Amino acid sequence: MDKLSSLTKYFKRYKGKLGLGILFILISDVAQVYIPLLLKDSIEIIQNNGDYSKLFDYALLMTGAALLAGLFRFLIRMTIIVVSREIEYDLRYDFWAHLQRLPMRFYQNNTTGNLMAHATNDISAVRMYVGPAVMYSIDTLTKFVITISIMMVLSWELTVYTLIPLPFLSYIVYKLSTKIHEKFTLIQEKFSDLTTLAQENFAGIRVIKSYVREDNEINKFINMNKEYLERNMDKVKIQALFMPILFLISGISIIVVVWAGGTMVIDGSLTLGDMSAFIIYLGMLIWPMIAFGWVANIIQQASASMKRLGKIWREKQEIEDGKLTHHAINMVSGGIKFNNVSYKYAENLPYALKNINIEIKPGETAAFIGHTGSGKTTLLNLIPRFFDINEGEILIDGRNIHEIPLKVLRRSVGMVPQETFLFSDTIRNNILYGTVNSSEEKMLEAARISLLNNDVDQFNKGYDTILGERGITLSGGQKQRTCLARAIAIDPSILILDDSFSAVDTNTEEAILENLRGYMKNRTSIIVSHRISTVKNADKIYVLKDGSIAEQGRHDELVASEGIYAELHYKQLLEEELKELN
Amino acid sequence: MAPSKDDEILGKAYDSKLMKRLLGYVKPYKHYVIIAILLNIVVAALGPVRPYLTKIAIDDYIARSNYDGLMYITLLLLGSLFFQAIIQYFLTYFTQLMGQKIIYDLRVKLFKHVQRLALKYFDKTPLGRIVTRTTNDVESLNELFSSGIVMVFSDIFIILWILIFMFSLSWDLSLVTLSVLPILIYATFLFRRKVRESYRDVRFHLARLNSFMQERIGGMSIMQLFSKEKDELKSFGSINADHKKANVDSIYYYAVFFPVVEILSAVAVALIVWYGGGEVVQSSMTIGVLFAFIQYTEMFFRPIRDLSEKYNIMQTAMASSERIFKLLDNDTFIKNNENGVVPEDIKGEIEFKDVSFAHNSNDYVLKNISFKINPGETVAIVGATGAGKTSIINILTRFYDIQKGSILVDGVDIRDMDKRDLRQFISIVLQDVFLFSGTIKSNISLDSEEISEEQVIEAAKTVGAFGFIDRLPAKFDEVVKEKGSTLSVGQKQLISFARALAYNPQILILDEATSSVDTETELLIQKAIEKLLVGRTSIVIAHRLSTIQNADKILVMHKGEVREIGTHQELLAQKGIYYRLYQLQYKDQEITKTA
Repeated sequence: MDKLSSLTKYFKRYKGKLGLGILFILISDVAQVYIPLLLKDSIEIIQNNGDYSKLFDYALLMTGAALLAGLFRFLIRMTIIVVSREIEYDLRYDFWAHLQRLPMRFYQNNTTGNLMAHATNDISAVRMYVGPAVMYSIDTLTKFVITISIMMVLSWELTVYTLIPLPFLSYIVYKLSTKIHEKFTLIQEKFSDLTTLAQENFAGIRVIKSYVREDNEINKFINMNKEYLERNMDKVKIQALFMPILFLISGISIIVVVWAGGTMVIDGSLTLGDMSAFIIYLGMLIWPMIAFGWVANIIQQASASMKRLGKIWREKQEIEDGKLTHHAINMVSGGIKFNNVSYKYAENLPYALKNINIEIKPGETAAFIGHTGSGKTTLLNLIPRFFDINEGEILIDGRNIHEIPLKVLRRSVGMVPQETFLFSDTIRNNILYGTVNSSEEKMLEAARISLLNNDVDQFNKGYDTILGERGITLSGGQKQRTCLARAIAIDPSILILDDSFSAVDTNTEEAILENLRGYMKNRTSIIVSHRISTVKNADKIYVLKDGSIAEQGRHDELVASEGIYAELHYKQLLEEELKELN
Repeated sequence: MAPSKDDEILGKAYDSKLMKRLLGYVKPYKHYVIIAILLNIVVAALGPVRPYLTKIAIDDYIARSNYDGLMYITLLLLGSLFFQAIIQYFLTYFTQLMGQKIIYDLRVKLFKHVQRLALKYFDKTPLGRIVTRTTNDVESLNELFSSGIVMVFSDIFIILWILIFMFSLSWDLSLVTLSVLPILIYATFLFRRKVRESYRDVRFHLARLNSFMQERIGGMSIMQLFSKEKDELKSFGSINADHKKANVDSIYYYAVFFPVVEILSAVAVALIVWYGGGEVVQSSMTIGVLFAFIQYTEMFFRPIRDLSEKYNIMQTAMASSERIFKLLDNDTFIKNNENGVVPEDIKGEIEFKDVSFAHNSNDYVLKNISFKINPGETVAIVGATGAGKTSIINILTRFYDIQKGSILVDGVDIRDMDKRDLRQFISIVLQDVFLFSGTIKSNISLDSEEISEEQVIEAAKTVGAFGFIDRLPAKFDEVVKEKGSTLSVGQKQLISFARALAYNPQILILDEATSSVDTETELLIQKAIEKLLVGRTSIVIAHRLSTIQNADKILVMHKGEVREIGTHQELLAQKGIYYRLYQLQYKDQEITKTA
């Protein structure tokens, strides 16, 4: 999808409508071109004292032709421009469907802002090509051919004179609009610098105030504003040329007709009617010639956008079902085994995980504990295959993880990620997000286990309360509990809690864990936490350090061994004590 | 992306109070406005004069076979054309220049205002909103100032000139031609209104589409984890379809309007031919007049369309200016005492007398704090998270004002000093190092002219930052990218130490970072801190055992109060809060030290 030609498949989808649109252009142009001929005849009647009663007929015919031309102009927009919106829709849809399939690795390397720019600006630029550019180029071409033919018949000599300036018009419009676009990009760059400066200033206002640097910052801002003003004026210098040059060239064309045509009329080689028709035709050609230059600029921008889009189209899906997949597998019971698993995020980065060996039987609870950056989250992300490992193997229910269809695997994993993410939707829809056959009971049950129900009951609209920018903001703890409810609601065979209670107070956490104990009886659970109280009841506790397992065992065993775990345990006891102190 | 309530003020199309205030910004440029209006009167005549000249060419010269006369008119036509082009160019240039200058003034004024606002304002207001006010909102006034105000005159003058020429040529033909005008005006304003409505609709759906995409890109892992690709694609499809529909709806208005205008002008021409044709025979009506009228009908349309557009410009400007003025009227300042003392220099004695402080009324984060620090002393503040340590440094620098008690520096209440004078004597090193875009050098000196390059280098040497800076390709001129993402945490800290030192303050406030660094950097930082504290009054929110041990005294904060004061040994012996804190936060460091 690098070139504009790759849009052909979209054009083909609407070839009927597009064909009609082109036909409408032809009809409308013919009707439009007919009007000056009527005018010419009318003037000749007046000049030669002909049959004045005919003037009324001509006036009617003119109106009729204008109505016909107008009707088809309407239809042109209703076909061609509508098609451009259809294609914009298709293109954006396909683009989005592609984005959805791309792996986490892609999202780690591309900012949201960047992807948004592609999905909006670049697709819009392509749309301009598909619609207006196509419409105007066909229109220009048709009008040009018909008008010039008629003008040639009226007087080829005058035609040549008057046409000389017109190609310049197209060329200058193209050049100017390209230049203006360039200048505009420069302005936008400065504007974004200005935004960055303001942003940085407001973010660093503490430093600025404490070092009394306000005046200096104001000067910086003033200077950048001056540059911004200058760049704007650079554009104005060129942009201000646009209109004067347009009417200068087109005006010269018309003056040439008045002068050369007038001379010919005096000589008797041209009638006054012909001359009038000429002037009207010229007027008709001017806008298409302007559009032509403009279209050239649109095409240039559209192909640049297409190139940028193409880069994303070429991104690979990476994590998907493959040859190893057994499509007959439709459930997972929850046994997890890591055999010598190592993983690094990129070739040139150090290992994030090294030689991990773990075994969790279905129904067991395993806990991971360790400092930030010790590899806990990375390890968890391997289970729903957000990333595929480089070395070793991961077995689920004794089978290589690649044998399980991706969808089955992910549907079996209920994960509560470290960073809570909820959609700007109702609480109900957020909880039921992953469920296939959602029911009210299921939702209430999930909310009950996560101790979310009491909070929700406080809201006026209960589970229909909308979250996010346009709704209410939940507290950190409420968000985490909603995420937990969402994971529970899908009835997973493996529940993964990645430091999911960090914003929940200890007592609530205890109560949730108590609730979970019953719920998790036949499910595998994996818990990551900083708090000893969260992990102490696990069947197995793994202590991670620098990507490797440093200690493992049950709570009592680990406390007795006086290692990292024991140290943490001791510290948290102290912390509790301090908090209790008045 | 979804606009907040504040951004949604749609505004009235016209508000005389706002307009008056906006026009106040035009005042310094009133000579521009006067010149522009005068030029407009001239330039507006030059377009309509050409059909009139053409009429003379046809009737007086072509019809009477006068070659010289035709040549003369041709030159006149050319002259008027060039003259118009030139004036038009300068007119556009100067009105744009005026617009740019006005929004420049406004933007600078706004920025200066924001610089003076108290931290309280920044705490409450989302960063993005303040940025939008100073950038986008001001930008949207550009059109009002550059084309709106002056060009309204241009459109009116053009219409007036056309009318003058038309009526001077033929009264009755003018009336015939103008008979389509009411329809044209009505159609234009109706179209503008419809387009505005549908544009709003398009924008609404575009915003929905954008916020959907933005949100899903952010939550892509959740979406994939719950295997929701199919459902999400369906939702996307329907939002995308709504967006398409809104756009297609707006196509309809354009599709109707443009042909209507073309038809109307054809009807006008037909009317002229029919009525005027008869006139020619019956009276003195000429072909030239007919011809001129045909051209005038086409000329009428642009100024009418432009005028209807001005309405939109006005509406946007009203909404933006309302938001801008709201910010300009915000007066969350830390007030300076006008009769205050201006200290030349200070010794650095600090005393807190029964200080209580709350961010919100009665919700005190500091309660009855009293302590005294002698010049040159180092005090370490320790305490658990939320004990009130940060608040102490915030009120000492008057980022916030206290509710009860008083804070004295060299025996003077800090509220009696100019807050900027006070801050001149204090350097603060915050936990999260904030680096500005610029160079290493500019980040140390913060572009202060009073700090020479030598002083920057000297400061860097003293804190031990010179080593790594010297290894950078451009050394002190190395560009700091994206808030210093290419520098390590430790390096950033050293830079902020150098910054504090370069300002050579009488009082130093240091909020030690908790983030772990490698042993080598840790040693560097410890040494740097020792150097920083020498010869000045220092307050340190301490996380390092070495800092605490070197402090002259330790303040133990607990739940907003100072609970224990003493030296390390004294406090340990007390076996109180400090003893536990020590076990929790500092004991490890002893172990690693001995290990």
